Amino acid sequence: MGARENILARIRKAQGRSGSEPTEAEMAMVREAIARHEVGPQPPFAHAPDRLAQFRKECERLGTTHATLASEGDIPAEVARYLAAGRLAPALAGWSEFAGLDWAGAGIEFRNRPANADDATGLTGSFCAIAETGTVLLLSSPAAPKVTALLPETHVCVVRASRLLDTMEDSFALLRTEVGEPPRAVFFVSGPSRTADIEQTIVIGAHGPYRVHIVIVA
Amino acid sequence: MQIQSMFFKQRATEKLGDALLQGNMKKAKGKFVDGRARAVAEFGVWEELRTHAAMIRDRALANLDAYLVEFERNATRRGAVVHWAESAEDACRIIVDIATRNGVKKVAKSKSMVSEEVNLNERLEEAGIQVVETDLGEYILQLAKEPPSHIVAPAVHKSKEQVAELFVQAHGKPRLTEIPAMTREAREALRDHFLTADMGISGSNFVIAETGTTLTVTNEGNADMVTTLPRIHCVITGIEKVIGTFEDFASLIRLLPRSAIGQTITNYLTLTTGLKMPGDADGPEQMHIVLVDAGRTKLVGSDLQEMLRCIRCGACMNHCPVYQNVGGHAYGWVYPGPMGSILTPVYVGLENAGDLPNAATFCGECAVACPVKIPLPDLMRKLREQQFDRKLRPWAERMAIAGWSFMATRPALYALFAKVGARVGSWLGGREGLIHSLPGIDGWTKGRDMPAPQGRTFRELYKQKSREHG
Repeated sequence: MGARENILARIRKAQGRSGSEPTEAEMAMVREAIARHEVGPQPPFAHAPDRLAQFRKECERLGTTHATLASEGDIPAEVARYLAAGRLAPALAGWSEFAGLDWAGAGIEFRNRPANADDATGLTGSFCAIAETGTVLLLSSPAAPKVTALLPETHVCVVRASRLLDTMEDSFALLRTEVGEPPRAVFFVSGPSRTADIEQTIVIGAHGPYRVHIVIVA
Repeated sequence: MQIQSMFFKQRATEKLGDALLQGNMKKAKGKFVDGRARAVAEFGVWEELRTHAAMIRDRALANLDAYLVEFERNATRRGAVVHWAESAEDACRIIVDIATRNGVKKVAKSKSMVSEEVNLNERLEEAGIQVVETDLGEYILQLAKEPPSHIVAPAVHKSKEQVAELFVQAHGKPRLTEIPAMTREAREALRDHFLTADMGISGSNFVIAETGTTLTVTNEGNADMVTTLPRIHCVITGIEKVIGTFEDFASLIRLLPRSAIGQTITNYLTLTTGLKMPGDADGPEQMHIVLVDAGRTKLVGSDLQEMLRCIRCGACMNHCPVYQNVGGHAYGWVYPGPMGSILTPVYVGLENAGDLPNAATFCGECAVACPVKIPLPDLMRKLREQQFDRKLRPWAERMAIAGWSFMATRPALYALFAKVGARVGSWLGGREGLIHSLPGIDGWTKGRDMPAPQGRTFRELYKQKSREHG
């Protein structure tokens, strides 16, 4: 017998069942429990009356900056303002969904490709955002390279206000209805990367971005 | 990792005398304990969530075989290769095989306690493969050639001065004094490794049966590099980590970072399912998942099964007065503190780790802090009973326990013995009321005096007070 059979047989024996493979009835029971997608207790603040205020509050706790815009057309000007305020270079690698905006008009060089280690700023969209924890959710796809959110020192992330949800469970429900099966990477980002591995002192900017700026578009 | 748990007493004594370590441990303690307390206080439904989380873990463990088979089916459907390893050696052999078959020269690793358990780095290096730890704490320890001393904060025992010295030797740059500058230097040193590694190895905090998903929970973002950039991604994890759904994950992740360090969420959570899809700019071309037993099936169905609920948050050690004083290395294996005092004896043999279930004051703080309600002191007590039954403790200790048990089950005899003992103790204590040495158990009085009994027993006083108050 192979390792798989030995391990499964040991588990079954210890739990008073014979053989080295679960029965169809056992598998059906497990699948039924899974299919219920039971949601556990959630903290009261996860269902705040003002969802946007809760999202902003959590962003600030994480060190994420944010801005709210009236329309998508305002994104280049806001990004230009943000980069200039932080004395950051006016260039970025961005997801192709933003390639059609007027970047030249805002004085920004837009590189329509996945970010590499030399790009100082990456611009991404998001699948949705979560108010409970100030989190954005990115789903990997050919049009949504994960590296753009990871390699540059600054990550600018666009969130549509209509896609702001209360909880992670809500984002999973949306994922099931809109996408179906999860893609390769379901990537939750909550603020700039950090570490506390030296003397438990929090330092912003470990391996990922030093700065995360969220642009909320109404 | 080489087992040193049989030397617990000796190592604990050394650690207590290590002034530098004592200073480093004191700095860490408050941050962990206070941080968790704040996060729990503001949560609102903490106890309800703990109960639910224990249920999530128990539900999967009760049908562990079916959950694993369901996970395997879905992971395979998405293009991952699932491997089963009965022992530490098997796990290493499988991963070294994958690496050599694919011509891997360099591995970038994110933190994995299971990989520490099975000595994976050593085995890979023996096969001529370069291994780079990328979690900052693990990187520091790789430079220091030391094992981790905490499961969440592996380098908690090191001061920044000690880290600065290691960086001077490794990076050949001027000595740094500030932690942010040290972190940047490590970031720059490691960045190139992420980009040039042929294989990434990560652990998986849980694996999700419904979708065949593995996942990483980090603040640094290193696990995301490791699982995204190299052409091969290999996951090593324990068979007990399986849960049902994404919703189960959502509940557990509300508990994990809060219990570990008082954070509401870690900066990065990545649920990884299958391979790079057609047209994707990033992601690996091969994914291997190694499910490791290495002792876990010994816990299944046993009276210690609750230990398999563990989500590796470290709260039990952060709250343990013994851990706070001796640090993780004294425990002599991968898992320190209360959770290690149960896992180590089971995984490496009770005969090799006899002192660990006894390295407890039974204050119960670990059970209170545990996010999945593992009754840690009860499980340690069960291991002590096994030690007694298997005659693994010294003869004198066993006789003393047997004697005490004989007396304790005979109330009249116990009362008489206590009465005499209290009076003799009071006399021995003299005017100061302190006993300086106890014949036969002089270790106890080596660094402290024992307060002497006052002359009368609790039951005598209780009787008297009851009479006085009618």
